[in-house]
Amino acid sequence: MSTAYQIVVCAGIVPDPLQTLEPVASPTGPALKNEMMLPAVLDPWASHALYEAANLAKNAPGSKVWLVSLGPKAKLQQVMMTVAQRVPFELVALDGPASGFTEAAEVAAALAEVIQTIPGLDRSRLLVFGGWESASRGAGATMQMVGERLGIVDQFQGVDELKVNPDGSLDILERIEGGKHQVSKCVGPPALLGWATGNLPEPKNNPQVGMTNMRAVMPALQKAKAVKLAGEGLTFASVTLPKQMRETKVVKDKLPDEIAAEIVEWIKK
Amino acid sequence: MIEPGFQTDAPTIERPRMDADIVCVGFGPATAGFLTTLSKQLTNADGTPVVESAVMPGLPPQVLCYERADDIGFGVSGVVTKARALRESFPELDKADIPMAAPVSVEKVLYLLDPIGASRRSTLLKLADEMIQAFKWALPVEDHALKLPWTPDFLHKHGGMVLSMGQFMQWVGAQVQSTGTVQIWPGTPVKEALLENCVTSASNSVAADVSPLYLNSGKPEPTHVGCYKPRVVGVRLLDQGVTKSGAPADGFSPGMDIHAALTVVGDGPVGPVGQQLDELFGLPPDHHTRDWAVGMKFVVDLPADTPLKPGTVLHTFGYPEPEIFGFLYVHPDRVASLGIFVPSWFDSPVRTTYRYLQHWMLHPYLWRYLKGGKLRSWGAKTLGESGRRGEPHLVGDGYARIGEGSGSTNVLTGSGVDEAWATGAQLAEAVLELLKARKPFTKENLEATYVQRRRASWVESEARVAEQSRDGFQRGVVTGMVGMALAGLSGGRLAIPGKPLRPWERIPSLEDYFRGRIPPDEVRAIRDDCYARGVSAHAALMERAGWPTIPYDGQLLVSHQDALLLGGKVQAPPGYADHVVFLYPELCQKCGTKLCVEVCSGQAITPGENGVPNFDREKCVHCGACLWNCASASPENPERMAVAFRAGTGGLHSAEN
Repeated sequence: MSTAYQIVVCAGIVPDPLQTLEPVASPTGPALKNEMMLPAVLDPWASHALYEAANLAKNAPGSKVWLVSLGPKAKLQQVMMTVAQRVPFELVALDGPASGFTEAAEVAAALAEVIQTIPGLDRSRLLVFGGWESASRGAGATMQMVGERLGIVDQFQGVDELKVNPDGSLDILERIEGGKHQVSKCVGPPALLGWATGNLPEPKNNPQVGMTNMRAVMPALQKAKAVKLAGEGLTFASVTLPKQMRETKVVKDKLPDEIAAEIVEWIKK
Repeated sequence: MIEPGFQTDAPTIERPRMDADIVCVGFGPATAGFLTTLSKQLTNADGTPVVESAVMPGLPPQVLCYERADDIGFGVSGVVTKARALRESFPELDKADIPMAAPVSVEKVLYLLDPIGASRRSTLLKLADEMIQAFKWALPVEDHALKLPWTPDFLHKHGGMVLSMGQFMQWVGAQVQSTGTVQIWPGTPVKEALLENCVTSASNSVAADVSPLYLNSGKPEPTHVGCYKPRVVGVRLLDQGVTKSGAPADGFSPGMDIHAALTVVGDGPVGPVGQQLDELFGLPPDHHTRDWAVGMKFVVDLPADTPLKPGTVLHTFGYPEPEIFGFLYVHPDRVASLGIFVPSWFDSPVRTTYRYLQHWMLHPYLWRYLKGGKLRSWGAKTLGESGRRGEPHLVGDGYARIGEGSGSTNVLTGSGVDEAWATGAQLAEAVLELLKARKPFTKENLEATYVQRRRASWVESEARVAEQSRDGFQRGVVTGMVGMALAGLSGGRLAIPGKPLRPWERIPSLEDYFRGRIPPDEVRAIRDDCYARGVSAHAALMERAGWPTIPYDGQLLVSHQDALLLGGKVQAPPGYADHVVFLYPELCQKCGTKLCVEVCSGQAITPGENGVPNFDREKCVHCGACLWNCASASPENPERMAVAFRAGTGGLHSAEN
């Protein structure tokens, strides 16, 4: 492997999945109740993309990872306290909404614009990573539009694996229907990959990585460009959470068959 | 002997090392005060450093803070505070900037009568209750609650604020981080302090393995085997990728050693580093940490038609048991923080905070406000309630202690956040003085700067007034209340004496506790049946003793597990060792009360095989109640019990507490 990649990871932030979400109507459209009070995390789909990017960069000497993120600056700062300990990257921050009620095309335009301003970007080495989906919206369209705006025609969505061949070509496994993968061969960068879950575990916290990252994170946040998403042409007919009924029971050391039977009985009720 | 289950490092483990100038343990109010004060003064207006880092010349001092919880603001508590120290740090403080903050508007203290008849009341209290009922036409009695017509000024929080500490800490964290001069790293527990001048079993050089220090634990003098004038030189982070017992497993990543000239210990009353230093250096003569309380709270969306105004502060006592204190603070937008404190002097072997909290909410005076409300968040923590009497050695070579774990909580006024913040700010000023004078962080220099500032401050003078104020509770609730009034009104000159017992000395057996209410044979049968089913016994015993079942509504009255999941959002990342360890299984087997099971705030400790409890790390909220709630004394140290509460990860995932 001889290519030194430039990997740009697009990653939004979402409320910590453990939180209870409640949509409310605000003067500017739908919103989540108390969103600024909810703890935020890096979008889990994009997190996989970041870990894959860091792993690729580690195995391809000379590579570099940028993390491009659009969100409220204060929330981005909070999320970086956790993410920045995981893998090395340089943050490129955009200060704007990240509520999940934004227009994917506008978000894509803002991301593509700021990516083009990264100094020294070389298309022959450029890989753009992101989440195939998003935990806040699931439109699955943003990354595709980022690629289109950057003029990247080799795009792969639902990626679970990326392998670099000795000749520099890329073997990419994409999820397709029926629980199967489609294997594609790409001659090389530039390419855009919308990651599904990948195969890597969450990296351990590394204080040295954190200390190095954070020296660049704070300046990046301080110069984050404000982005206003107009939401033109976007209307929400209705916003609801999935109806849910819950009943908690904590059991351990029970056979799977017994648990399954109990769940079936509960559903029947 | 070395603690059973204590994991000594194999000599072959190579640990990564990083160097900083100052490392802080825990991001609570005290460390927030420290970092707020320090971070504002590390650079000049032109961005140049006021003093240079010793480890990175040319840059400001490198200041790192490691926090156990998965984010800052997780796992702390809602408070009402006079906010004197906070305002000193933020003179332009605008409450509108801090979510859930409200100025104090109404204060009431209520004595709650027992509307059920299940409460364990003394004859004196029963007589008082009958008098109140007889004269309720002339007294401010409403819905089985007597509003005290007068309360002493020291209990008031005039001009103060109601805060969600979670939201406040997130706000402070953002302020501090945005200076760019300090770094706060949540989700990164500190395992222990690194010690110099200690010899380990594996090495004869600088030692971080503290196991020899426990050899003489409990002795009053710091003459521990293996150490000579020990000096703290930093901290070791927790190992990742290990089994439940701490053995290396897949993805093993040894905890990094962070070396620093100064270690700031602000890890609270159950923090691992504070415990380690207490073991190593002992406490000053006549000091102890025998008094504690378990605090548990709900954050609730009040009904749409609530009459409670933001800033309302209600404090209660008398119910569900006379020893249990309650609070209800109203935030803006119809949100309230409410909960109870179960103190160490409530001598019940089934002192479950969660169940009592539900009975407290259902008291007619409170339920009229809460009916129709909805649980938003839930949490629990223990509070060190020994106050100044629990103060450890505040400084030593290479370290300083601040906040609750340093004995700063005022047990008379029931105030802790403001005092903790103040001690952090005082240490920051001292550190800046020493840095500018290029003096090392020796015990003597820290004494002359930090300790001197603390002793000269209101924190100290008010703590001295409070020092003996609660001793009367050792003789009963009424005596305790009188003692508090005496101490508060006399400026600490008068108090009702009482000697706090060690926690394990005051736990009666289940049979004795329920004597006269439930026959001993039946108590044992209920206990044995519950433990055979792997559940705690308090619900069955309390209901047999007259407490009604809780009418779950799925909104506010929910099961304990639902409170964990819906309110606390409790979870723990994989790959870490169990942080609650039963040190002496043979003592657990003999133990008839299993108080650790009954009191556990997260139902993380359950009855186990052969009498040794099980611990489920994924449910632990890190309140630390198990550290104090054990009926068996440690054979090594009579001030400690048979449960170890070590560094661990995970816990609450709510920032509204």
